Amino acid sequence: MLLGYALEEERLSVRYGLLALLATEPTHGYQLKTAFERKTGGSWALNIGQVYTTLQRLERDGLVAEIVGGGGGNGDRREYRITPRGRDQLEAWFASPVVPEAPARDELTIKVLLAVAAGDVDVTDVIQRQRRASVEQLQAYTRRKAQADPERDVAFLILLDALIFRTEAEIRWLDACEARIRHVNRTHRAPARGTAS
Amino acid sequence: MTNAVELRGAGRAFGAGHTRVVALGPTSLVVTAGELLAIMGPSGSGKTTLLSLLGGLDRPTEGEVLVGGVVVGRLDSRGLAILRRRTVGYVFQDLNLLAGLTARENVSLPLELDGRPIGEARAAAEAALASVGLEALADRYPDDLSGGEQQRVAIARALVGPRRILLADEPTGALDSMAGESVMRLLRAHCDGGGTAILVTHDASHAAWADRVVFLRDGRIVDEARPAPAPDAPDGPPVLASVAAPS
Repeated sequence: MLLGYALEEERLSVRYGLLALLATEPTHGYQLKTAFERKTGGSWALNIGQVYTTLQRLERDGLVAEIVGGGGGNGDRREYRITPRGRDQLEAWFASPVVPEAPARDELTIKVLLAVAAGDVDVTDVIQRQRRASVEQLQAYTRRKAQADPERDVAFLILLDALIFRTEAEIRWLDACEARIRHVNRTHRAPARGTAS
Repeated sequence: MTNAVELRGAGRAFGAGHTRVVALGPTSLVVTAGELLAIMGPSGSGKTTLLSLLGGLDRPTEGEVLVGGVVVGRLDSRGLAILRRRTVGYVFQDLNLLAGLTARENVSLPLELDGRPIGEARAAAEAALASVGLEALADRYPDDLSGGEQQRVAIARALVGPRRILLADEPTGALDSMAGESVMRLLRAHCDGGGTAILVTHDASHAAWADRVVFLRDGRIVDEARPAPAPDAPDGPPVLASVAAPS
């Protein structure tokens, strides 16, 4: 189910991504592929087959139209333009927030929850191993950021910020997990140490 | 590589007998010239104690601390004062700039206290302000500067003159993300130029500017992180390898 959600999210990103590019100028499939990759900071290498399938669906739904006589009959050279209906849908997409529909079912969340439940696993070790890996990932992103040109590489820097802040959020969550576990351990141990009967 | 700072089994305890509290257990750590080191850990894990020992602000109750090759424990109070004026600079979350002095005067103060002629101290202050991109604001008073600018003045003051070792305790704590990033870029540039900086922070995205991150827990270093060799985004593709300029 989670996988299904991720695939749907990917499908929508490509669909509206291509539509947004066609809203700037009419073009053909291969150019769409390279423009998509460039404008999303090099984060996503599109499969050319996926581009053509998406264009066919957009055409079927009346959101784009082939320009007659645009690039000759050859499939690779067909040129497309956005239709007024396509513009309406694109506008609606930009205007609506993205709301995650899936509950937190990623492997890390499940791993920490099960480590807590297991009782014989050192949860703080599980957390620290993850924290180290996440900080190292963050260091690698930050090196890229340090080398990027703030004027020229805007898309790349925005993408890096997305990766950095998501990783940072994961580390903050790990810190919060550890603080909760330490708190519980302290309150449970307190009677054994002293005053309570 | 030269060692800028070294701990040899150095620890710090407070109190005695049954009220004795160990803030930092015996710790060994070498920070080399050119290195940016970040210290992370929960509250009370010993971060600030470690930073104070590394900069000679505090003395260990066991082991040794060497700053620039000098054993801090063997310095008298005059020796310690000279160490602080000539070798190590500090930046804190609360900026501690003097409100009645301009940016230039704030920055030149450590050199003037060290007995350097005022003209020379002011010239060095201007060079330090230029290195943090604030030469145009040298005549402003702290109240007329933004939080990020004030923190950059504090960094210039910490690095003015001959000092090459910078200690920073939550220097980005009160700043927004862009101002925090500009502070981290300055620390990075200082270390890339052969200087040394040691930073305590709870903010992982700022710690990530460091060459090495050490993790403290209950007064002990329990782990350390270094950058992964090949950065890749979670979903694999050649990703960040191919940086294309937006057209």
